[in-house]
Amino acid sequence: MADNDKNHGAEQDPDVSAASDASEEAAHETPQRGWVLRNHALIERNAFLLLVFSLIVVSIGGIVQIVPLFYLDNTIEEVDGMRPYSPLELAGRNIYVREGCYVCHSQMIRVMRDEVQRYGHYSLAAESMYDHPFQWGSKRTGPDLARIGGRYSDDWHRAHFENPRDLVPESIMPAYPWLARTPIDSENIEAVMRANRATGVPYTDEMLAEARADFRTQADPDNGDVDALLARYPKAQARNFDGAPGESELDAVIAYLQMLGTLVDFSTFEPDASR
Amino acid sequence: MIDAAKIAALGILTLLFAMAANWGTDLVYQVHALLLALLSAGLFIWSIRRAGGRDRYAIDGPRPETGYNDDVVRAGVIATTLWGVVGFLAGTYIAFQLAFPLLNWDLPWTSFGRLRPLHTSAVIFAFGGNALIATSFYIVQRTCAAPLWGGRNLAWFVFWGYQLFIVLAATGYVLGSTQSKEYAEPEWYVDLWLTIVWVAYLAIYLGTIVKRREPHIYVANWFFLAFIVTIAMLHVVNNIAIPVSIWSSQSVILFPGVQGAMVQWWYGHNAVGFFLTAGFLGMMYYFIPKQADRPVYSYKLSIIHFWALIFLYIWAGPHHLHYTALPDWAQVLGMVMSIILWMPSWGGMINGLMTLQGAWDKLRTDPVLRMLVVSVGFYGMATFEGPMMSIRSVNSLSHYTDWTIGHVHSGALGWNGMITFGALYYLVPRLWNRERLYSISLVSWHFWLATIGIVLYAASMWVTGIMEGLMWREVDAQGFLVNSFADTVAAKFPMYVVRALGGALFLTGALIMAYNLWKTAVGAGETASARPVPAE
Repeated sequence: MADNDKNHGAEQDPDVSAASDASEEAAHETPQRGWVLRNHALIERNAFLLLVFSLIVVSIGGIVQIVPLFYLDNTIEEVDGMRPYSPLELAGRNIYVREGCYVCHSQMIRVMRDEVQRYGHYSLAAESMYDHPFQWGSKRTGPDLARIGGRYSDDWHRAHFENPRDLVPESIMPAYPWLARTPIDSENIEAVMRANRATGVPYTDEMLAEARADFRTQADPDNGDVDALLARYPKAQARNFDGAPGESELDAVIAYLQMLGTLVDFSTFEPDASR
Repeated sequence: MIDAAKIAALGILTLLFAMAANWGTDLVYQVHALLLALLSAGLFIWSIRRAGGRDRYAIDGPRPETGYNDDVVRAGVIATTLWGVVGFLAGTYIAFQLAFPLLNWDLPWTSFGRLRPLHTSAVIFAFGGNALIATSFYIVQRTCAAPLWGGRNLAWFVFWGYQLFIVLAATGYVLGSTQSKEYAEPEWYVDLWLTIVWVAYLAIYLGTIVKRREPHIYVANWFFLAFIVTIAMLHVVNNIAIPVSIWSSQSVILFPGVQGAMVQWWYGHNAVGFFLTAGFLGMMYYFIPKQADRPVYSYKLSIIHFWALIFLYIWAGPHHLHYTALPDWAQVLGMVMSIILWMPSWGGMINGLMTLQGAWDKLRTDPVLRMLVVSVGFYGMATFEGPMMSIRSVNSLSHYTDWTIGHVHSGALGWNGMITFGALYYLVPRLWNRERLYSISLVSWHFWLATIGIVLYAASMWVTGIMEGLMWREVDAQGFLVNSFADTVAAKFPMYVVRALGGALFLTGALIMAYNLWKTAVGAGETASARPVPAE
């Protein structure tokens, strides 16, 4: 046995690793095995590589899901009747946003039998094409409002904002008595419409020029030319929404609620099978 | 010279903000400009008084000399605790509002629609965000064996800049300033400020990793880095807006309707995926091995976990938009990816739980470790429930109901809350150089109050959510709807009270924690036996 030339010491044995084999650089690490760990070491030793790879990996999903929505023709169906909000409706929408109504009310009727039966025709993409941002909501602590327009009278809304429990005893909605008491002026509305135009809402120069007049006409038809208002904003409803002299925030909010879901003409609407 | 430039800059800023307050066209803008004018005036006076003086940061009590920048971590720990209590209090209050609408007081500033964003932002961004900033600064220094890049001033800028963002956002909500995008409510100028702070945060984090004295970047840092860079991307794209004027707090969001909805939920779901998941997983990968004194279970699993998680999460947004006007292809894509996401989520959970291999007995004696482990358990529950709810047929029932609220809270209270509590209990004795926590039994009290609170919350929301979902769709033999909407509201009342009580328990636990941490930091827990006793 002693003279067996295959039986050499551990130092020469290729199957035995000794302390001298370890590299100096990573003396306190166990050697890494396997393709994944060996190659991943490249990334985990270089901060910029890690950053760039992470950024690439997290970008893919968003690019695939979002970008086509701007290019595919069938994303937004073509319907008759959609128009930008009138100045008073837009002011009402701003109050709707300010008070956080979207927190409890959706504006999106899903394609389900009970929802269509309860709220009306399911919501179309086109119906929120001028909403910056959308008000679809995510929670129905209160009912959906996508087609609340025309469901209740102005009187009902006035009383309901004053104290919801006077009309619906089970309601847990906060009261909004300050809306009726807070006057609203049209000073700011043209600037808001300009900002909307900058994002792509088709407000014409004429609409901008007449914004303040339209605002006052819609809140009280005696203030101006209702026909001109209707020519610019078809189906706009012009009346004294809050039943009190002058323009209050309640005028604007009720004007907004009373037009929700009333614009599209469903008698001519045909669903697109390719969506 | 630098002092002079700083004083001059602060003086000019004060003047500019005062002018902006004068020109502002709405109340929120004026209040915020005034707030900033006062802040810069205060800093202006402070800088003059300190000019030429020495740099002093006096916090009482012994602090360990670590060579790391731990002052900002200490401040972050305090801020996390404070904002946590504020956020839980706001949440408990609005939970009672939903049971008893009288509590809205018929005032704009206290109505649910304004307080709900206050609650969500306080818990996600103030409590969670401060926890992430503080723990990430602590962890990156220790795992890289390097102090924070950029020096103490940049780190303080990130900390105070972030607190300013929180204060601007919160005061804005109460005064009625919102973009109406969930979890992205702050208006354009607050968004711009957060972007600046966030870029500084990224620079510090990346800089520290680059300077590290360890050959490998530790796994917790991958998650923190991915969280920081992805949140930057999401925040910028989701908040693109055109201000009505530079003197107005109001803006108009660029993306409309259906595209806007997709962008919003791409952001919204990944505020969950990256802010509340990837960042907190970074905490898991540091604090659980440390507290259990065991190495991470599987290195390979953490690599797969990391890449699969960050790749898949981004796709999950459309499951918030099932059966809506979003095109079907996007809905189905979102659903499929959400279900696949179950796998990396549970891979991470297994990696965290199995780290206790050989140390399971510590769960009996160490309530801090128990908290960390239970948080991972809640993470596992929430990441099973989430993919299940993203299935379209399940979602048709659960969407718009309280089930979603319950799901979010089992994740937020159970996973984010509990792991943060565990991390705070781990950090405070070390940061204030104390032997141990003031009271271990108070930690146990906190643990049980919080756990029972979460169970009450989640269970009551399952009941109301599934009940109202079924009531909404219930039809009689003729095919007519059986329940009016008001019927479903009335039916939920008892469970809304239970939910609010669950929140109150969770809040009580957090108050006990705040007391315990305070006592620990001031040294009330130091025992007499630590002192050497002379021999007789």
